[in-house]
Amino acid sequence: MAHANGGSGDEQKKAAAAAATRSNKYDRQLRIWGEHGQGALEQASVCLLNCGATGSEALKNLVLGGIGNVTAVDGGLVHESDLGNNFLLSAENLGQPRAKSMAALLQEMNDSVLIDHIDASPESLLDSDPGFFARFTLVIATQMRDRSLVILDEVCRRFSVMLLVARSYGLTGYVRISLREHAVIESKPDNTVSDLRLHRPWPELTTFVEEFNLETEDSLVHKHIPFAIILLKVCEEWRSKHGGALPSTTKERSEFKSLVASKKQAQDEDNYKEAVAAASKVWSPPSLSSEVKAILEDGAADVDSSSSDFWILVAALKRFVASEGGGEFPLDGAIPDMHSFTEYYILLQRCYQAKAESDVSAVEAHVRSILSQLGRDPDSISRAAIKHFCKNSRNLRVLRYRSLAEELGLKEVGAKLQKYLPFEGDNTNYAIYLMFRAVDRFAEEFGRFPGAMADETVEEDAAKVGAIAHKLAGEIGLDGGVSEELVYEFCRFGGGEIHCVGAVVGGIASQEAIKLVTKQFTPTAGTLIYNAISSTTTIFQL
Amino acid sequence: MEARWRDIDFLLQRPGKLVSDGFEPGPELREFLRDFKILVIGAGGLGCEMLKDLALSGFGNIDVIDMDTIDVSNLNRQFLFRMHDVGKPKAQVAAEKIMQRIKGVTVTPHYGRIEDKDIEFYREFQLIVLGLDSLEARSYINSIACSFLEYNEDGELDMSTIKPMVDGGTEGFKGHARVILPGFTPCFHCTLWLFPPQVTYPLCTLAETPRSPAHCIEYVHLIQWGQDREGESFNPDNPEHMTWMYEQALKRAEQFNISGVTYSLTQGVVKNIIPAIASTNAIVSAICSLEALKLATMCSKGLDNYMMYSGTQGVYTHTVSYEKDSSCMVCSPGVPVEVDGSITLQEFIDMLLLDARFKDKLSKPSVSFQGTNLYMQAPPVLEEMTRPNLQSSLLSLMGSKGVLNVNDRKLAGVLRVQVAFRNVATPMAV
Repeated sequence: MAHANGGSGDEQKKAAAAAATRSNKYDRQLRIWGEHGQGALEQASVCLLNCGATGSEALKNLVLGGIGNVTAVDGGLVHESDLGNNFLLSAENLGQPRAKSMAALLQEMNDSVLIDHIDASPESLLDSDPGFFARFTLVIATQMRDRSLVILDEVCRRFSVMLLVARSYGLTGYVRISLREHAVIESKPDNTVSDLRLHRPWPELTTFVEEFNLETEDSLVHKHIPFAIILLKVCEEWRSKHGGALPSTTKERSEFKSLVASKKQAQDEDNYKEAVAAASKVWSPPSLSSEVKAILEDGAADVDSSSSDFWILVAALKRFVASEGGGEFPLDGAIPDMHSFTEYYILLQRCYQAKAESDVSAVEAHVRSILSQLGRDPDSISRAAIKHFCKNSRNLRVLRYRSLAEELGLKEVGAKLQKYLPFEGDNTNYAIYLMFRAVDRFAEEFGRFPGAMADETVEEDAAKVGAIAHKLAGEIGLDGGVSEELVYEFCRFGGGEIHCVGAVVGGIASQEAIKLVTKQFTPTAGTLIYNAISSTTTIFQL
Repeated sequence: MEARWRDIDFLLQRPGKLVSDGFEPGPELREFLRDFKILVIGAGGLGCEMLKDLALSGFGNIDVIDMDTIDVSNLNRQFLFRMHDVGKPKAQVAAEKIMQRIKGVTVTPHYGRIEDKDIEFYREFQLIVLGLDSLEARSYINSIACSFLEYNEDGELDMSTIKPMVDGGTEGFKGHARVILPGFTPCFHCTLWLFPPQVTYPLCTLAETPRSPAHCIEYVHLIQWGQDREGESFNPDNPEHMTWMYEQALKRAEQFNISGVTYSLTQGVVKNIIPAIASTNAIVSAICSLEALKLATMCSKGLDNYMMYSGTQGVYTHTVSYEKDSSCMVCSPGVPVEVDGSITLQEFIDMLLLDARFKDKLSKPSVSFQGTNLYMQAPPVLEEMTRPNLQSSLLSLMGSKGVLNVNDRKLAGVLRVQVAFRNVATPMAV
């Protein structure tokens, strides 16, 4: 492209400078989710319902992180009480619409984000224009009650919009994702075990290992042979003496380790130390998690023309495992650091990477074939996407969520809740779950939350909401119910939104939102209850 | 009732059933909070959030200390700062912004290092909240806070000398919040094992057999810089220095056929960059600030005493009550030291210097006993006055049992030493 004048040169400089500022600004988070994750955030469209402390905090974190665009929805005006718990609203906003007021300060925090506001209540929008929600990637619903949430959930599912429910109530909190299915390729587990295939070397690896001699008289070479090669060689030796089998009993494993140690020629040979320490990788190669096994067995893996790319990839993976893989998943290709000459290590690394690449090609062939069979464009899934999938295949996650309506109507919720806790106590978190339901029922009946009026009404309300909680416990088959102290505390809270609790709940909500939008890491699979009294959390899978 | 504080007043003005001992609900409690002297250490990712959280919990008298200035890479989470603030001191801008948005709170900034403040500065505060990112800084404040503890002869703690601390830390999606009541719960030193050791590479790997991009970078950082740019102090914030580091690391990697050296990785390795996001900082700071509120007002049960948080795979938290180390060098009534009954003060001091437990922590120790100076290394007048004590037997100076307070330039706080004498006849009333 010709640059005819200095003008476009300036523009280029400006663009380059802006790009540099952007990567500098987001540096600390790019190191976590990468450019592709950041890109997903920047493409996302988020709707926040209710701009109290909880909602403001959730949105603040997303805006700082560079979310694409946000729309804040709130039907209220800024009151005095907002100034005591909401950083994004100040005295000059008093009497003005909350959503509009919050949007202004939020914009200051990141001018790259498009911020819009709707001065109407979420309930009225649900009523008059449910189609409004269709445009969003994600709706974050804060401080809403069960009755409206059920309707919102149905609307979001209709338009395939993700829903995240977050509530803070005095010193307690509640977070719950609701959507049909969320598939994660890059779950990035905290501990990854490297897949060295010491128990099943492929031909090229075996050939490569033949170049090495553990009996070599060159002491420098001897102490720089990578431990994986040492183990592979000792495996060969063991197999030749044990009819092709690998060590299986405790005694044999101990003998194997001694055999490895015996190859040492000098005291300072760290590579042999590493080999002994890593010997168990021979008989305990990384196993498949139950989550991944369940994905392979999932009904969705029987693909049809409407299947998502994810399930097509799973179907291809299954075919690979059954044929070229011989029961194994595609090789990841990464190897841990090993005490070794650079050259040996690099060559070993290339050997693993080549095998990984060849597994990708095999999976790719299955992908193309499946797509063709389904009458879809065989090239619609790129090799890069297939490679990404293969590299992460051992860590796939699929999350499905029951609808809110279903959960509320479930008779067995009580039994499911009780499974979680073997003990009774004042602050047992399942009781908090029950109290959230109970206060909403109280509000339906009395038009306010318990304890929301003068201090003197706390005792009276406690008796009423306690009775509701007891009845509810009976309905869902929960023995034991809620302790008197907890019921009382819920009334003491008066349905108030405490800034710190809103910040925790909003913080967790924003983090879940990031995971959902970037499709990295694993979102919370259930209902999260935050107990700020005991400073604990529990996740209930209901 | 002030409408502004309606929601928090539900907690502060109403009696409760799940509260701490000594909770006295009422309007005076909020006034008490307004004047409560609290110190926030750090005005960065955690500090900004903590200032907001504390102010919106009713704390009206907050000090904040931070030695850094604002950088562009702070802006993804340190929400009090804007692009035009880059270069300005964090503490000052943070204080200004909080006071602008939240009426009635006083935030006093201190732009400087925590080590440059006198110990008396810290004594003034009723509670210290830590938003730090280093072990060393935490260790330092911990020593200061623990030095305020006063134990009697029987090793019983004077509870009024406890300086409570709330400490938060984050890294990516993970973090922790803990309450430290020195002398009561474990102090930072009691649980040093909670922090994993730093990653270091063997020298021979860096010099002869590098295998990863990090090896190449660390070689240039730790070895090549000193050789090629002798005398020049490496400044990671100098773009020319960092670019040189990156280019040299890339060259080295190419020599060894190692791929993966990028500018970003170079920065990360050399500056030991910890990935950080707004959400985790917000969560951990709020948990810490809530605990500060509970400590100050007793309005609910307190965190006992350590909560870890992880948001990568769902949300996982674990709350555990750790126990303090009864012979902790920093917070216990005294580290046990056994000596011979005939030992002189000089010999005792020499012994301390050789004790492996105090390695690198002592250089010229001064010793006192229940407020009386036994030997002071400085000032010269005091040194001369106390010098004769060096030749006296320790037993005659302090009696048959007790705790000596050892002070030293190298110590941030005080080292309490519980002396036990052997080869001593049945002690007589002194």
